[in-house]
This record gives sequence, C-alpha cells and structure tokens, in this order.
Amino acid sequence: MNALSNPFFTRQGWLYLAILAVLLLVVFPLALDPFRLNLVGKYLTYAFVALGLVLCWGHGGILSLGQGVFFGLGGYCMAMFLKLESSSPENTAIQSTPGIPDFMDWNQVTALPWWWEPFHSLPFTIVAVIAVPAIFAFIIGFAMFTRRVGGVYFAIITQAVAAILTILIIGQQGYTGGVNGITDLRTLLGWDIRTNDAKTILYFVCAGLLIACLLLSQAVHISKFGRLLIAIRDKEDRVRFSGYDVAAFKIFVFCFAAALAAIGGAMFTLQVGFMSPSFVGIVPSIEMVIFAAVGGRLSLFGAIYGTLLVNYAKTSFSETFPELWLFAMGGLFIAVVMAFPDGIAGLYNRYIAPHVARLLGSIRKRDAEGQSLAHPAE
Amino acid sequence: MIGDYTYSEFFSILAMQGFAGLILFSVFVLMALGLAIIFGQMGVINMAHGEFMILGAYVTYLCSNFVSSYAPALFPIYFFVAMVLAFMASFALGLLVEWAMIRHLYKRPLDTLLATWGLSLVLQQLYRSVFGAREVGVTLPDWLMGSVALTDIVEVPINGLFVMGLTLAITVAVYFIMFRSGWGKRVRAVMQNRVMAGAVGIDTRKVDRMTFGLGCGIAGIAGAAFTMIGSTGPTAGQLYIVDTFLVVVFGGAASLLGTIASAFTISQAQSTMEFFMSGSMAKVLTLLSVVIILMLRPQGLFTLKIRQ
Repeated sequence: MNALSNPFFTRQGWLYLAILAVLLLVVFPLALDPFRLNLVGKYLTYAFVALGLVLCWGHGGILSLGQGVFFGLGGYCMAMFLKLESSSPENTAIQSTPGIPDFMDWNQVTALPWWWEPFHSLPFTIVAVIAVPAIFAFIIGFAMFTRRVGGVYFAIITQAVAAILTILIIGQQGYTGGVNGITDLRTLLGWDIRTNDAKTILYFVCAGLLIACLLLSQAVHISKFGRLLIAIRDKEDRVRFSGYDVAAFKIFVFCFAAALAAIGGAMFTLQVGFMSPSFVGIVPSIEMVIFAAVGGRLSLFGAIYGTLLVNYAKTSFSETFPELWLFAMGGLFIAVVMAFPDGIAGLYNRYIAPHVARLLGSIRKRDAEGQSLAHPAE
Repeated sequence: MIGDYTYSEFFSILAMQGFAGLILFSVFVLMALGLAIIFGQMGVINMAHGEFMILGAYVTYLCSNFVSSYAPALFPIYFFVAMVLAFMASFALGLLVEWAMIRHLYKRPLDTLLATWGLSLVLQQLYRSVFGAREVGVTLPDWLMGSVALTDIVEVPINGLFVMGLTLAITVAVYFIMFRSGWGKRVRAVMQNRVMAGAVGIDTRKVDRMTFGLGCGIAGIAGAAFTMIGSTGPTAGQLYIVDTFLVVVFGGAASLLGTIASAFTISQAQSTMEFFMSGSMAKVLTLLSVVIILMLRPQGLFTLKIRQ
C-alpha cells in the first residue's frame, strides 16, 4: 500500500461509514421505542471510550485500565453543571441552606465548594468536560512516559489511579454525592432532559458526535502521527533512535483517548440522568477494554460494533439469566484474548471483507482497515 | 499529653495500630509472595490471584465444617490440614490454568491480564453459585481465640500472632525454594534466558507450569490464613488484587526483599494514617504516595541490576 497517497477511507471504508451512519441515525430511531433507543444511546457513550482505546491500545500499544477515570471525570463535570441548575434556590427551598445541591445539604456542607462555582456556566462546563480529563491524562502520561514506564506497569498504575479516584469520590460524600453519585438531574438550560423527546434528541446528538469522533480518530490514524504510533508499538527503540520524541507521541494519544472517553461520559450523564462512582472504578474500566477487544482492537468501526454487541448481550442476558452473565462475560474475555485477538473486525476482515471488495469491483484488492497492521508484536 | 490522650495511652494506641498494621502486612506478604513469583519471575499478570486466594479460604471453610461435624476430636488441629488442602487445591487449579491458558500467552503479557480477568469473573460466579453470595466465616479452635495482654491497654489477638508466624514460615520456605534449591536455580535460569536454559537441558515448560502452580498454591495458603481474620465472600479477592499488585510493583517485581519491604511500608502507612483520618482517605493517601513514588522510580524500591 502506498503510504504517501493515503486516502481518508478506502472505498470500502466509505461504505462502512455509510452503513454505520444509516444504522445509527435511521434504523435504530425508526425500529426502537424511546426506552430502547435511550439504552442504545447509553451504549454509544461507551463506544467513545472504545474508539479511544483502539488508538491508544490497539495502535499505540498502551493499555490503559483507567479509562473509567476519564469517562467519569467527563461525566461528573457535566453532572455538576446539571446539578447546580436543578439546585436553584426555589427548587431547594426546603433545605437548611437553599441553593446548594441536596447531597451537600444532607452532609452538613453549608456553602458551595469553590471548585463547584465555575460549573454554573455552560461554556466553562463544555470546556471542562474535555480539558479536565485531558489535563489529568497529561499529568499521568507525562510522569510515566517521559520516564519510560510502559506496558504492564502502566496498566497497573492506571488501575491504581482508578481505584484511588473511586475511593476518593465515595469518601468525600459531601462534595461528590458519595456512592450514590450525582442524581436527580433535570434540565439543561431550562430544557427538560427527562422527557422522551429530549432523550431522542440527545440520542441523535450522541450518535452524531460519535460519528464525528470516529472521523477524527480516523484522521489521527491515517496521519503520519498514526503511522508513528504503530511504529512505536512495534519497535519503540527504533523510533526513538530515529530522533522522534516517543514520549510526546504517547502522551498525545493517551490524552486524545482520555478526551474521547470524557465526551462519552458527558453524553452518558445527559442521556441517563445521573453519574456515579460505579462507572469510574476498576471493573467498569476493564469492561471498557473488553468492548474494544471484542470489536477488534485495531478497528475503529469494530470498536463501535463491539461495544453495542457486548452491551446488548449484557442487558438481555442479565434480564433473563443474571447468574449466567458473569460466566458469559468471563468466557468472552478468555475467548477473545485466546481465540480471536483481533475481535469481530478481525473475523470480518478475514472472511467477509474480500467478498465485499469483489462486489465493490475494486480491481486491486485493497487491504481493509486494520488488516494491513500486523498484530502487536509484544 | 497529646490531644486528649496521656502519653501511655497514646503509645498504646500506636502499638495497637502498629499491630493491626502488622496483620495487614502479613496478609499482603502472603498474597504478594505468590504474585511476585508469578509476575516477577514469569512476567505474567494474574488478575485471578485473588480468586485463587478465595479458593483456599473456601477449602478451609469446607474443612472446618467437615471436621466439626464428622471428627470433632480433631478440631483443634484441623487448621493445619486445611492449609495443606488449600495449598493443594490452588496449586492444582494453577497447573490447570497454566496448561489451558497461560502457556499460550507468554509472549503477550498484557493479554494475560485480560484473560485472567475473565477467569476471575468466571471463578467469582462459580463461588457464588456453589457457596452462595453471602460471606462465610470459619470457626476457630479455642486455642486460636482470645488474646495476650501485654500491658493494661495493649492486647494482642492470638490468631493475629499465628498469621504472622505463618507468614514468616512461608516466606522463609519461599526463600529457600527460590534461592537455595536446585529447582529455584532452574526457575531463575529459565526466566533470565529461556533459550539458553532450554539448551542446557532444563525442561522450561515444566518449570513454567510448576512456578505458576507454586505461586497459586501460596495464594491458597494466604486464603486459609485470611479466614482467621476476616470472612470470605465471592468477591473478596477482587478487593485485594490492586493493592497486592502495587505491593509487588512498588517493591521491584523480581525482588523478594523488595516485596516484603514494600508490603511493610504500605500496610504500616495505611494503618498509621487510619488513626488520624478516615479509613478511605488513609487509603487514598497511601495509594497516591505509592503511585507518585512509582512515577519517580518506575522500577520499584529494590531492583536487581541485570542486563536486559
């Protein structure tokens, strides 16, 4: 493949994008009732995390087990804004201190903490949703990658960070809502987000943002930076000896993945109406990794489908056989890692993509996205 | 006077907290020893280590129920049998897991993490299906109950002393197995240079399997010891796994001394700080300091100087 004339998508890639767009923007809204559509919207918010993981883990070789941290930070930033809006002095008149969120009142906090103050403003909140997790990721990434901590050690430390943040949120009940999280969110600039209409609109916003993020990730992936990222994954030392600042690239991709996760978190808060530490800790963070792994750790499209499938399976399984779900989930982890490390996308590329290519009539058999990238040589 | 306490009260509280820290330290060491063997020597991340520990705890629980209903006369000494059985159960499961899963993943350490996490989910659900979701406790023989009074205020529980003694014995045993026996020499040879070790006639596959099994077996003993100081539930293993990994990484993965030193530092820091602030903040501060120190010194406290 000619790396210099790198098209944004191959012909097949555009087809996949069109299929995804039709599925998300036409088929799901027409076929599903508002409740189910909202559920799909919730799954899509995890797909943001999975997209980030494809770049960070699949292409960059950096396994972060702390994506829940960034998902949660984004979600909490949004939740703080919504909570302040629903805690107007009129709404909270029965409290001993009106005008502050109800959980603060229950926990004998009498004044709004200073770091809650800026979240009265929506523009600030939108910036914070991206900036807070990205800065946090930058600090972690800077400290780790400039000292060449990588691989397994990085995974364990990000996991510890997830544990720390969860304990902190649960422990500081008066400021964060504790284990219940920030609940009872009602309006966004006076617009009631709890109605079915609002949820449908938010679904479209979420799906649109996801496609935008997919295009952005693809842009990163096909750029020179994306190619260097793969080179770093495969032979880090060689890239370093060639004069590139390996740490800077790794920090960037880690921050990028964190920002994507944070957008997902913010959309989650908007669509589901609350945010709690149960989306921050170790268990959800690892589950997010498995979404990306099932879809295919090298494929951006695969990540989205993997997330949808795993979550759909989780919902339908745990509705009918709650016992079986953990067995199924555990089995899925083992099977994906051992039997098909490239996930659904890998299977698709191997067995179906060639036929699609022939149908499309491309003379030269182009490699589908991801297939050209050899498996991480670890 | 310090605050509302007299000096003697203050020092007694310090001693008590220190002792509570020592028990925590013992559990950390027992769990971390197995992990240090598996992770430090083999480079495999075993996220199901906690579940191996819980297996040991459940074996002890079964053993205590069995003995108290069928052979009450043996009850005072059942614990020693239970420990051996706990070791054997976890060891056997470890061999099985190594054969079925781990041996295919030696070249992909990050993937061992995901696969063993899947295993841990399966085991958790298995425990829940077999033993129920509720936590179970073990009845201790009389001689393990009670406590020794050192001063008027300071009392030391006997089961805590027993756990400490056990930890000491296991640590010494591991030291001899890993650093003084021919088998340990082979293990270290395989880990340092697999190809060369194979070339001089060491069966590297067998060494891998036995090493993994030994690490899991020690987790089983840790589980048996764990039943003496806490109750056992299906998800108890998950609570400890991150702490244990931090202990191993903080100490320097391949160093036995480092593992012990870091377990000591972390457990003492936590139990001392718990006295001054809430338990959760103490935990946050402890973990945070460990993470920050690891960022400054990624290879851990004690590292072996070897050529990569």
